[in-house]
Amino acid sequence: MTWPIDELKTAAIVFVVTIFQVSVLSSITLFGGSANLVLITLVAVALLRGSIFGAAAGFFAGILIDTATLSTLGVTALLLTLAGYWTGRYAETTGRDRAHAPLVAVAVITLLYAVGELVLNYMIGEDVSPAAAFHALPPTMLWNVLLAVPVYALCRRLLGERTGERAREVQFFG
Amino acid sequence: MIVALVVVCLALITVYFRESDGGRLHGIQGVGATVLRPFEIGATHVAQPFRDVYGYFSDLVHAKSRAANLEKQLNALRQSQTSGLEAQHELGIIRRELHYKAPPDVQHLQRVNTAVIAQPVNPFDQSIVISAGANDGVRAGNPVLDPNGYLVGTISLAYSQTALVTLLTDESSAVGAKDPQTAAQGVVKDASGGSDSLILERVSKAEKIREGDQIITSGFKVRPDLSSLYPKGIPIGWVRSVQQFDTDVYKRVQVAPYANFSKLESVMVVLTPKGMRGLP
Repeated sequence: MTWPIDELKTAAIVFVVTIFQVSVLSSITLFGGSANLVLITLVAVALLRGSIFGAAAGFFAGILIDTATLSTLGVTALLLTLAGYWTGRYAETTGRDRAHAPLVAVAVITLLYAVGELVLNYMIGEDVSPAAAFHALPPTMLWNVLLAVPVYALCRRLLGERTGERAREVQFFG
Repeated sequence: MIVALVVVCLALITVYFRESDGGRLHGIQGVGATVLRPFEIGATHVAQPFRDVYGYFSDLVHAKSRAANLEKQLNALRQSQTSGLEAQHELGIIRRELHYKAPPDVQHLQRVNTAVIAQPVNPFDQSIVISAGANDGVRAGNPVLDPNGYLVGTISLAYSQTALVTLLTDESSAVGAKDPQTAAQGVVKDASGGSDSLILERVSKAEKIREGDQIITSGFKVRPDLSSLYPKGIPIGWVRSVQQFDTDVYKRVQVAPYANFSKLESVMVVLTPKGMRGLP
């Protein structure tokens, strides 16, 4: 039985990555965009541990980000919870055992996260610029996809593969 | 489980919006930010050598165009230095003779130097978190400068050990500004075109303003209900372009900020006297 070792390991990974993201990575832009290591790590965790685990990890990461950046509490948490859940569902169905799953999941989640961020910030009355968001999207997508495989491999090494029942295959993507 | 988490998130957003800055959720967030602060400072220190290497190579890429631009500015400054020094000397004499009471100079106001511990995490977030708060004398409305003394933004929320800085590039920022060379006045706001773009609004067509002119804070009220958030004379940027159309009431002045908002690692908070705070 891995409980609560898995949870503690994941919490530690998410905590370190989130602190690193808000303090350091967000200020490093290359070709107009920066890597979102929290999102990539969340995708890796959700692919390895499933939807519920992914959603909980996303919620935890989001609350940390909202607290550290003193932004509206719950906004990033909502987006990352949904991102973790969707990735987990993908892993439990179509994505399982597929080598390209981390790449597909990171690419799709990066796009959906950018759109979700735009919509949610617009809904809460923030000044949103679709042009600015989509201008930063291609480089962010590039960095995220480039980092997807190494981050996934590192997370798999730290967390290990999950053993359990195979879910019924449902066609989402790939 | 997923439904419960989504409901919790929506509840947090709703409560956070409805309560004031001194509300319970804001208080919990302030405590959380204080707890996270040492970890963020630690991460910044660990990453500093790597950031320095990145900064070195990043600067190399733009070095040539930047050198040409700086050389141009240096020539202009050399020309104005002599006349400026002479005028300053004369001004000092005149002020003394007239017993003129000038507003406090920004150079003489107390400052708090502090590290940036959290950067914006999305393109819409134009704010940073600093490692100084109410315990250090930081209050909402204090101007924030970069290490070179250029205007960066203003404190919008201060907890005990951390504070939120709203950058000039945020849509809510508006700074009373002027061109000291021609005395043209206006309001500097975000141009919504990326982090290196500001506009000087409400500059009358009758006023003269030239490309390359420096823009500084005017120290005047931007809105009648607010005192000026910014003391007079803080450098903001330089005029990148000036356009004038028959259909417009005002000139279109684009301003390039001196501060590099994407590379802020430390800042200075100017502790303004009580009468100069942003609240009426």
